[in-house]
Amino acid sequence: MAEHRRSPDRPTESPAGEGGRVGRRRVLGYLLAAPTLAVGVSWIADSSDPRKADAAVPSLPQPEEIFDLGDLQNLAAAPTSGLISVELKTDGTAFFAVPRAEVGQGVTTAIAMMVAEELDLPMDKITIGLADARPELLMNQLTGGSNSMRSMYLPVRTAAAIARQRLVETAAAQWDVPTGQLATGNGVVSGPNGRTATYGSLAKAAASTKTIAVSAQLKSQSQFTILGRAHNRVDAHDIVTGRKEFGMDLQVPNAKPTMVARPPTINGTVVSVNNLAEVRAMPGITDVVAITHGVAIRGDTFGQCIDAIQVVDATWGPGTVDKESDATVLAKLRAAQVPMTVPPLLSNTIDAEFVFAFASNSPLEPDCAIADVRPDSAEIWSSLKVPIVAQEDIAKQLGLPIDKVLVHVVQGGGSFGRHLFHDVAAEAAEISQKMGKPVKLSWSRTDNFRQGRTHPMCTSRVRVNYLAGNVLSYEQRHTSVQTDFGHGLGEMITSTAAHLPVGGNLSFAETIFALSQSSPYNFGVTTQLLNEIPLKFNTGSMRNIYSPNVVCAEELVVDRLAAKMGQDPVRFRRNFLKDPRLLAALNKAAEAGQWGKAMPKGTAQGVGVHAEYRGAVATLVEIDCRPETVNRPIQDGVAGPRVTKALIVVDPGFCINPRGLEAQMIGGLQDAIALALTSSLHIKNGMPLEGSWDNYFYTRQWNTPPDVQVVIMPNTSDTPSGAGELAVAPAFAAVACAYARATGTMPTYFPINHGTLGFEPLPLEPSTPQSPTDGLDHTF
Amino acid sequence: MPTHSFKLNGKQISVEAEDNVRLLWVLRDLLGVTGPKYGCALEVCKSCTSHINGKAFNPCAVPVKDIEPTDEITTIEGLPATVGQDLHPMQQAWLEYDVSQCGYCQPGQIMAAVAKVKQAHAEGHEIGDADLDELRNICRCGTYSRIREAIKAGAKDM
Repeated sequence: MAEHRRSPDRPTESPAGEGGRVGRRRVLGYLLAAPTLAVGVSWIADSSDPRKADAAVPSLPQPEEIFDLGDLQNLAAAPTSGLISVELKTDGTAFFAVPRAEVGQGVTTAIAMMVAEELDLPMDKITIGLADARPELLMNQLTGGSNSMRSMYLPVRTAAAIARQRLVETAAAQWDVPTGQLATGNGVVSGPNGRTATYGSLAKAAASTKTIAVSAQLKSQSQFTILGRAHNRVDAHDIVTGRKEFGMDLQVPNAKPTMVARPPTINGTVVSVNNLAEVRAMPGITDVVAITHGVAIRGDTFGQCIDAIQVVDATWGPGTVDKESDATVLAKLRAAQVPMTVPPLLSNTIDAEFVFAFASNSPLEPDCAIADVRPDSAEIWSSLKVPIVAQEDIAKQLGLPIDKVLVHVVQGGGSFGRHLFHDVAAEAAEISQKMGKPVKLSWSRTDNFRQGRTHPMCTSRVRVNYLAGNVLSYEQRHTSVQTDFGHGLGEMITSTAAHLPVGGNLSFAETIFALSQSSPYNFGVTTQLLNEIPLKFNTGSMRNIYSPNVVCAEELVVDRLAAKMGQDPVRFRRNFLKDPRLLAALNKAAEAGQWGKAMPKGTAQGVGVHAEYRGAVATLVEIDCRPETVNRPIQDGVAGPRVTKALIVVDPGFCINPRGLEAQMIGGLQDAIALALTSSLHIKNGMPLEGSWDNYFYTRQWNTPPDVQVVIMPNTSDTPSGAGELAVAPAFAAVACAYARATGTMPTYFPINHGTLGFEPLPLEPSTPQSPTDGLDHTF
Repeated sequence: MPTHSFKLNGKQISVEAEDNVRLLWVLRDLLGVTGPKYGCALEVCKSCTSHINGKAFNPCAVPVKDIEPTDEITTIEGLPATVGQDLHPMQQAWLEYDVSQCGYCQPGQIMAAVAKVKQAHAEGHEIGDADLDELRNICRCGTYSRIREAIKAGAKDM
């Protein structure tokens, strides 16, 4: 029978870094009162994360080394009373509602692997859903900070292990044999004399009539048959057949297509709509109402909404940054830079300043949400990474009790930070309430670039003093337009704190900065400080928060230091790196990437290293900056230098799914190439000029390296690191360093083509341009 | 309201819609065929890529009135039937290389890939890096490397 012990057992697994030889670990969960077997596990940090012990002793020199953003999120989870649960159905399938968003990062596949491993159930018998907003989970329902794998690895396995144990105990009782004589595999319990029982046949008998605490043993790494092996995405078949249902594809009765005609500046407002009757009379249009930031139009098709946007005549009120352009923002950033503390050492000093332009975190699926607001209740469908905050904010906005607002998390077509914010869901709710009808709201592509979330413009100043082969001091002063952390850590307590006028967002941002940034080098006196200016752009995190910019600046200066001290960039890093995992990754990259090989003039290698989220990455790229490459003709796009080869070496702690990890590394690389070379927003008079993917130059096939390799280092830990954002920073740095070496010029403004506007901007009004009609002229 | 008739994924259908409504919205909003994705409606992102009479095109940029009753429109949903199998070789390659991340662009990527390979074969050569560089489909997750590998592999079985 189940053991009724409440004490959280001491982990018997050895700490990280001892070659994966681990003992079996007993963990605690609950059998839940339910019609079929259901197991719940609390996310109390104490029982789910063995790193909590070191988290309690922050010490010098830099906090990120021992206590990073993910640890803060784990610790924030401590008071939660909510459980996550694995349920076993009578058809032999297991169901787990993951309290996270799936936006392409593969969280559902990895979770299915964890359940399959500990439950001894085939992957195709496991169903992973996305949980609705669950306020009782408190801070435990935020998808971000590359934290999902780290925070769920032990709890999910625990729930599955307890379920497996309970099935064994149930069969043992039915057959009257000791549990030790039973085995599980492939969804079947087998016992002496060839007796077998499927999980499905035991699901009811194994159910508990009351909720009781139990413990179970997790498998050790050496017993794994699923975790650690390559597995394809669980939704791959649905994707390639067009069956995967995204928010935009959902059919909710009478939720008709809805779009918004918007003002010509960021966060502009509506003074009056001057031709309401004319717009309402257009073909296919059912409703037109003025809302806070535009004129909402509901119709039979999105195309007819776009038609109506063309004729809206409105008088617009000002936005929040109408007088700002790239140059004014940069001047404000420079005025706000925190001074260096160490004086320069005459000739042995490097002073450098790097500028990073605004960038859009817009995913490919345009922002969308379905809302059905009734007088006494509301239902929302949207891809939300912080659904609890969305639910509470929308309830407040609608004047409804929280429990009358049902928030469903739907599959998202990418996120990159965008879905941390629920502004689109809130706008859909506003429109539905004003129209008194269900709506399927989509922002247009142009809305996404111009009114969506941006990674803010920032500067990074670096001063290094060096003498006689040593680096005496390294100071970095990062100054950014405020990054909106209004989403907090996933619930109203921290989300409210981030909005407070004093302390507020900046102190929250400083905390995030301090917990996520740390120099990996032995550079003597080291300080990295953040300051922010409170300009009201719509900002947010973007596949990392600060690291891509901070690390790019640091690695460029490292290359320059190496040159000043007469050392090769890789040898210099070997001499100064503190982190043995980073050093091992760097050595592997240098070897596999043939560092130092002869390269033609105008081409070069570059290297970048970065450790974060308890993972370590070294990236080596080759770039071609020769004129014939830079100036190759590309229609309606930018060419520029081409990264011809990229090698990413990653130490993920424990690798859950090599295939998924490799995918995240490849994706991070493409983001990095875009940030370094091509993609940015140009702000002019309170509005980005970019309005389409042929203006915002995210990496395209003609920019992508023909040769990409990912090397996964042997496991160095029992627990997985974060992966979703891990590759962006070191790859950005590697591309920038390669460019500097190929051209002999250290770039200081990113992306490097920002100074040349490579497109004709779309008009500001109408806010969404009309669709073309010449598609049949471009078939191939 | 005008009625429009054309062949959609092997079946002759008719649908009522204003003449200027782009085919993408006729497919998605009126007929419930959601494989072709809305990514920009500007004929830029290519996530709605489908086939007309076997050639790749973007229904976001074609008024429904321009589609003739004899035109055959194939969306991702109808691609396997064009080869009489459960999955087209390109879809198989996509699975083999685990290409997809969020998946939003992938129906359009696959439809564009099939047309690009056919184009190369018609011109008498195998698909190569220069052809792949011409593909304009955005993948914001950045799985471009696997797309390239899968297209080369899928082309061998076409």
